[in-house]
Amino acid sequence: MAKIISKLNPRSADFIENAQHMQTQVDDLKAKLEKIKLGGGERSRERHLSRGKLLPRDRVDQLLDKGSPFLELSQLAAYEVYKDDVPAAGIITGIGRVGGQECVIVANDATVKGGTYYPLTVKKHLRAQTIALENNLPCIYLVDSGGANLPNQDDVFPDKEHFGRIFFNQATMSAQNIPQIAVVMGSCTAGGAYVPAMADESIIVKEQGTIFLAGPPLVKAATGEVVTAEELGGADVHCRTSGVSDHLAQNDNHALEIARSAVGNLNRVKPVQLNIKEVIAPDYSGEELYGVIPKDPRKPFDIKEVIARVVDGSEFDEFKALYGSTLVCGFAHIYGYPVGIVANNGILFGESAEKGAHFVELCAQRKIPLVFLQNITGFMVGKQYEAGGIAKHGAKMVTAVACAKVPKFTILVGGSYGAGNYGMCGRAFDPRFLFMWPNARISVMGGEQAAGVLAQVTRDQKEKRGESWSEQDEADFKQPIIDTYEHQGHPYYASGRLWDDGIIDPADTRQVLGLAISASLNKTIEDTKFGIFRM
Amino acid sequence: MFTKILIANRGEIACRVIKTARAMGILTVAVYSDADKNAMHVQMADEAVYLGGSPSRESYLLSQKVIDAALLTGAQAIHPGYGFLSENSEFCRLCEQNNIVFIGPPIGAIEAMGSKSAAKNIMQQANVPLVPGYHGDDQSMAVIKQAADDMGYPVLLKATAGGGGKGMRQVWSEKEFKSEFEAVKREALSSFGDDRMLVEKYLTQPRHVEIQVFCDNHGNAVYLFERDCSVQRRHQKVIEEAPAFNMSPELRAKMGESAIKSAQAIGYQGAGTVEFLLDIDGSFYFMEMNTRLQVEHPVTEMITGQDLVEWQLRVAANETLPKTQQELSIQGHAFEARIYAEDPDNDFLPATGHLQFLQAPAESKHVRVDTGVRQGDDVSVFYDPMIAKLIVWDENREKALQRLTKALMEYRIQGVTTNIDFLHNLASCEAFKNEDIDTGFIEKNHDEIFSANTSKSSTNKQTITNQIAMAAFALVLQQANKANALAAKSSDVNSPWHNNNAWRLNQDNLHTLTLSHDGVEYQVNLEQHTNAKHSYTITTSSKSLESNVYSFEGEGELVDNTLNCFIDGLRSNTTVVFTEQQVCLYTKQGVFNITQVLADMGDSTDDATVGGLTAPMNGTMVSVLVNAGDKVEKDQALMIMEAMKMEHVIKAPSNGVVTGLFYKNGDMVDGGSELLTFEVADVVITEKEQKVES
Repeated sequence: MAKIISKLNPRSADFIENAQHMQTQVDDLKAKLEKIKLGGGERSRERHLSRGKLLPRDRVDQLLDKGSPFLELSQLAAYEVYKDDVPAAGIITGIGRVGGQECVIVANDATVKGGTYYPLTVKKHLRAQTIALENNLPCIYLVDSGGANLPNQDDVFPDKEHFGRIFFNQATMSAQNIPQIAVVMGSCTAGGAYVPAMADESIIVKEQGTIFLAGPPLVKAATGEVVTAEELGGADVHCRTSGVSDHLAQNDNHALEIARSAVGNLNRVKPVQLNIKEVIAPDYSGEELYGVIPKDPRKPFDIKEVIARVVDGSEFDEFKALYGSTLVCGFAHIYGYPVGIVANNGILFGESAEKGAHFVELCAQRKIPLVFLQNITGFMVGKQYEAGGIAKHGAKMVTAVACAKVPKFTILVGGSYGAGNYGMCGRAFDPRFLFMWPNARISVMGGEQAAGVLAQVTRDQKEKRGESWSEQDEADFKQPIIDTYEHQGHPYYASGRLWDDGIIDPADTRQVLGLAISASLNKTIEDTKFGIFRM
Repeated sequence: MFTKILIANRGEIACRVIKTARAMGILTVAVYSDADKNAMHVQMADEAVYLGGSPSRESYLLSQKVIDAALLTGAQAIHPGYGFLSENSEFCRLCEQNNIVFIGPPIGAIEAMGSKSAAKNIMQQANVPLVPGYHGDDQSMAVIKQAADDMGYPVLLKATAGGGGKGMRQVWSEKEFKSEFEAVKREALSSFGDDRMLVEKYLTQPRHVEIQVFCDNHGNAVYLFERDCSVQRRHQKVIEEAPAFNMSPELRAKMGESAIKSAQAIGYQGAGTVEFLLDIDGSFYFMEMNTRLQVEHPVTEMITGQDLVEWQLRVAANETLPKTQQELSIQGHAFEARIYAEDPDNDFLPATGHLQFLQAPAESKHVRVDTGVRQGDDVSVFYDPMIAKLIVWDENREKALQRLTKALMEYRIQGVTTNIDFLHNLASCEAFKNEDIDTGFIEKNHDEIFSANTSKSSTNKQTITNQIAMAAFALVLQQANKANALAAKSSDVNSPWHNNNAWRLNQDNLHTLTLSHDGVEYQVNLEQHTNAKHSYTITTSSKSLESNVYSFEGEGELVDNTLNCFIDGLRSNTTVVFTEQQVCLYTKQGVFNITQVLADMGDSTDDATVGGLTAPMNGTMVSVLVNAGDKVEKDQALMIMEAMKMEHVIKAPSNGVVTGLFYKNGDMVDGGSELLTFEVADVVITEKEQKVES
């Protein structure tokens, strides 16, 4: 295969300045996560521990194969969304290995608001289930939650993508032989009671776990019956009498060990359909990606410099290199897996879009996973281009991307604006995973452009009314719009609302993609049936 | 020369004999019991014949079966090794009757030396010196005192009926004699009701020095010099050496000739050993003669360059001795340490178990290992628990001793308790180096030999923390090796999910372990660096130690059982053995056993309504105290097992009913076997039932 030869000099002043800038952003991200990782406050953590329970992250570590990786999802969920601080939306989700099998893990964090479900907690839980469904991964729920967050019930309970969907997913996944295992390690009240009840197999911890539709206070209010939580729905009741739970565990560690055994009995075979090659590290270190991305986001960069630092041996067989060159397409390997890469090297023209559609068709036909590296301001505009049918060319690419049944992975390495986001497999196009770099930005258009458009409209109106508008007034008008776009287009804002699956350190891109591709292979790659391509 | 011989033995000596026979082009036949079906000696021999059950009385001691085996395979001669049938004149006779050559002395010699008192009489007549003493019937003080005066002080006065140190006094001079005599008489009368006594010369610092002799059937006899076997515990030799230190050529010749005289007095043929007590003044006294090849023969081989088994075979085949006395000389110095499965800290109780890991020091012209077991073998209850003999040789005693301590450090066994540390402590003891040795050596140096273990734990904190770091490192690398092995079998062979890198998104990649050593728990974090494959920052901390956080940079790999690593730039090769929960490190600083503290899984036994009780170790059922159907109370004794000469009581875990019994008195029980079934029940034992039980 052809090698990409980097044209960058890591000792150049630009490179060093870029790298320092990226380092600052990565450090900021990690510092935020260091705090989020702690979950609830110190007092609630201590209270949790004093009950003999493990902290949720320790539960996850104990559940996973020792030393194996954990691809955590949506770490920044609910970040600066609610007036309350709800670290990680009070729930830890991710993909990890249990007995050699990749599983989706969903663990409530009872140290955060008692593990209750905020709207974004629900969204994060559902996203994890979607990942399980799309990639055919067994689900393990480590339940320790007070159920719906009552003050937010209107955004948690009634709608399609609300609390009920969790159970809908459990039932329908179970139907597709995507195993559902629940470990009850704390309360599991009301709707929450259905998590273990709907599970294929459930485990409950003695004197910690409780499952009931209504807790003792509600029972007393409703019927006057006075009963303790343990008597009402403790491990003994559910393992000996009700049969709601299948395994009685002595403590958290024991419960997690039983869960590991349960996974050991799943009898799953990973249907790997790819021609896997030996793994070769890229010729250039992933750390160098820090220096690739210009400090000034308006400055372009060569996406091949990114590809060279992600793919095996920096080897890349480019497709149609001389045609529609603002979209780079080609074949490469990541951790030995063949992938088709679709990456932006400028604005999308009609030819680039057609080329993209063609390449996506190739990958779908050959069942090669697709990796999208987004750095896109949008499709080209103007009379000439509209007349050239840029809309239909763009539509072809969007159709191809939407319909392709191969696993798709999207990384936002720069801007993600407008219809470019669609053609490059944005969130709406069901990539199996979507991650952002800390420097990435996402919005319908750039802040400058939006402010410009709005300013133009305002100026036109003012001029129609014969009013004047000074340069200064216009600048004052535009600035808040630019600021809002910058704020809302920032990865923290995006990740807090689950528009992505997480923000990653650029240096980890290869690792994250490798894990994600490998996880996706649990699902058989289907044949693709494309929609109508407007010719 | 014979074309085929049978070895009526097992273990290291059987292997030892096979080795020489093979070198001489002689075919070998092994014999075996149930327990030894897959033993090393069986695999080494050209043929092997089954004898019977595991206890030696059902196999290796059955003369007729051994003879039948020889007849079946056409072996012309039988080498008895040591122990078992080696000094059994009946067996010797049986060989003769079946026209099979017994590789050993003639029947008469065995019989002559079989009885110690008879042997002494023969030796007295042959003018071989015996420990002077008076055993006569005339109990008058004058007669006994005269005997004492004649042999010279100090003397030992003993009650004839005495024992256990009672009725025994040392008399250091003629003046003390009367008072001590009367004291012993009184003591003897009150303790044993019998005031008869005897007097013997008291040797203040006796050494056990034995002479290796060889005689052929043509009247030739030579001695292959001496061995000092003074280091003993309860008459069991521990470390032997040759030549004996502080031995003049004149004394050596005198003792050698005396030994030959002893052998000739009984018409000896083959290999024999004459044991003497050597007094500090150079006088020596005959103790007994062993009419077989001794366990410690290799030290003689090392200093003479002769193969004694080859000599035995040649003599048995009627050849003349390979060398004359003039042709024999001593080169250098040799030691032998006997490596046993036993627990020196628990009164040398024999140990049994599975040799999970066994690594002997590399053999060379300086180091020789005679063994009959391999890694994976069991040390069973049925036979002598010797694992191996470690023999070293060098130009002089000092150099040889250094070889011995080094080789002992490199002898690594896991799975069975051994005396290796004890041997190492003993060999490192100042008194041992300084040749300040007599038969009381172990008692005299007890503190130094047995306390050396505890001195290890006072090794500085830094060293311990280093070992902890190394153990953690080894565990993580072992985990990585296991992960790689699994990956190789996977359909998704290169998946990064196989990596044992503890990778976490946007967080440090941490392996966390809890280890404990000497009752101190350590929290160890290994942060895996992403750039290099096996490079880590290792941080250890301990709640119970102050100023306790140590940080190391570690890099390395684990290949089989060897950890090749750099820790803070210090390179080392360490043998690491993993057992269920332990990591054993064999470092230059000594052996460190480090326990991995695993997650607490709670105790599920409370929830069990039905259960069984299992044997704590291999042993014999001594007594079954209950019958099926009996109601029992918590902690009530149900069975008594004996293992390792100790009784173990199996008790009821709670109130309940014994529902089934699987063993009866006298049965052999394997460790871990279910002994009985038990059902937990609230049992009220009525007084009547209690009476029946009592």
